[in-house]
Amino acid sequence: MTTAGGTLAGRAREVARGGGASGFDVQKIREDFPILRQRVHGKPLVYLDNAATAQKPQAVIEAIERYYRAENSNIHRGVHYLSEQATQAYEAARAKARGFLNAAHDREIVFVRGTTEGINLVAQSHGRTFLKAGDEIIVSGMEHHSNIVPWQMVCEATGAVLRVIPIADDGTLVLEAYEKLLGPRTRFVALAHVSNALGTINPVKRMIAMAHRDGAHVLLDGAQAAPHMAVDVRDLDCDFYAFSGHKLLGPTGVGILYGKADLLEKMPPYQGGGDMISAVTFEKTLYNGLPFKFEAGTPHIEGGIGLGAAIDYLRGIGMDAITAYEADLLAYGTQVLAAVPGVRIIGTARKKAGVLSFVMDGVHPHDIGTILDHEGVAIRAGHHCAMPVMQRFGIPATARASLAFYNTREDLDALVAALQKVREIFG
Amino acid sequence: MSDLRELYQEVLLDHNRRPRNFQKLEGADHTAEGFNPLCGDQVTVYLRMDGDVIREITFQGQGCAISKSAASMMTQSLKGKTLAEAETLFGKFHDMLTGKPGEWPEELGKLAVFAGVCEFPIRVKCATLPWHTMHAALLKKGERVTTE
Repeated sequence: MTTAGGTLAGRAREVARGGGASGFDVQKIREDFPILRQRVHGKPLVYLDNAATAQKPQAVIEAIERYYRAENSNIHRGVHYLSEQATQAYEAARAKARGFLNAAHDREIVFVRGTTEGINLVAQSHGRTFLKAGDEIIVSGMEHHSNIVPWQMVCEATGAVLRVIPIADDGTLVLEAYEKLLGPRTRFVALAHVSNALGTINPVKRMIAMAHRDGAHVLLDGAQAAPHMAVDVRDLDCDFYAFSGHKLLGPTGVGILYGKADLLEKMPPYQGGGDMISAVTFEKTLYNGLPFKFEAGTPHIEGGIGLGAAIDYLRGIGMDAITAYEADLLAYGTQVLAAVPGVRIIGTARKKAGVLSFVMDGVHPHDIGTILDHEGVAIRAGHHCAMPVMQRFGIPATARASLAFYNTREDLDALVAALQKVREIFG
Repeated sequence: MSDLRELYQEVLLDHNRRPRNFQKLEGADHTAEGFNPLCGDQVTVYLRMDGDVIREITFQGQGCAISKSAASMMTQSLKGKTLAEAETLFGKFHDMLTGKPGEWPEELGKLAVFAGVCEFPIRVKCATLPWHTMHAALLKKGERVTTE
């Protein structure tokens, strides 16, 4: 599943050259993404901000258009033809997400607005219900703010205490420290599967097993992992897994929360409204079963269908082929970026996804971002919603190039060439 | 490249490399901290007033070349100015950056090097952050200023 071996990278090199057994043809793949054909400031677009959001293939754009042209209707309650069509398409998307995560049941798949809402749902519904004063919640030092703040809110409401796993210099988590943090007070662990700011792939399977020994539940923030590697929630044995549609080639405003059925059953609804009930009187309301108990109101139907199309598209290429190709691209990018004078890569873990966070002597990342943009190269500059990571490394911000499987070595060459322009201007 | 050179003019790059009045001001009677939560830029502005006149003004902090040079040049242009003059200058500087039509008033002086920023809307906040912070310090607002 992960990118450890040189064998995977080797295979990707092979397929990138000649379209080997898996038929990974990046030029052909690029044709599926209409936005990649455009020019920015007169230069070909080099899109390296995939950790922020991914571009959409034609198949996703068409699925959304088809929905509005031929299927648009409200779901779950209509008795007419269109409602049935829309309901089928939406529920088919849920089944695709279930398959994508290798979950056992569709009812364990809750549609949410995105990773952030998925985490908030668990924090508010599970955390506030089952945690009490003195309990401990463990997060890591490399979490996105969206996997910190919801837990701080739980702590504030319940008197639970937040504990933090420190980061080593290479951007990996210090597992010895994690071991020491775990104990009978630990009730919940919330971890990034992959760090958005550093690219580190955390050893989550092992960390989950460690937490389970103490009876704690574990949520994985999969926002940066699900687009880049096969995820098997049953193999990982995580209790909750959240990811966003828009980072996975799908539309914005939709995401998936996976939860083990027995845990979801015990949790109270997150929001009240239509669709989440089975009967309402003014005296008492009976809640609907899973997953609908957590899906109040008319959902983002088009979003769910678009996400389903994105999952189909990704599985058509194959997640393992994507992982292998991106591993090779990351190795190349790391090599050419590290060779640029004055550049220092932040996050050098051995197991990394396609994130190249870096700083450059004497130039603020924000200025790098502006100059690169003028060369057509889209990257992100800032703290990446992970201010504690910046504090850990003693820097205000980084410039971050993040990869997708439609990027090429030429994209990374363009990044390096644009960094020469930065040097020309800043001296 | 040409419009990038318009943005990153030599004067600006010089102030970025060697910011002037870049220190804490002992005995400051007005101070405020400014923050851009989007990019993490942070600036603290210190002032010592003599009645209505800005006698000393310094800054500290971290940020991009635009915000750092804007802070540096702001301290140079405001030293010796009255409160009212400082506010007027801020208004004109802001107008220039947000592309209000018209000639740059002469009193902007060297600050006219920031005219190129208006072609980069996302960077306007970088240049105005130190000014907003100065404004807050003079109003003696205790809270942190943010660009949002």
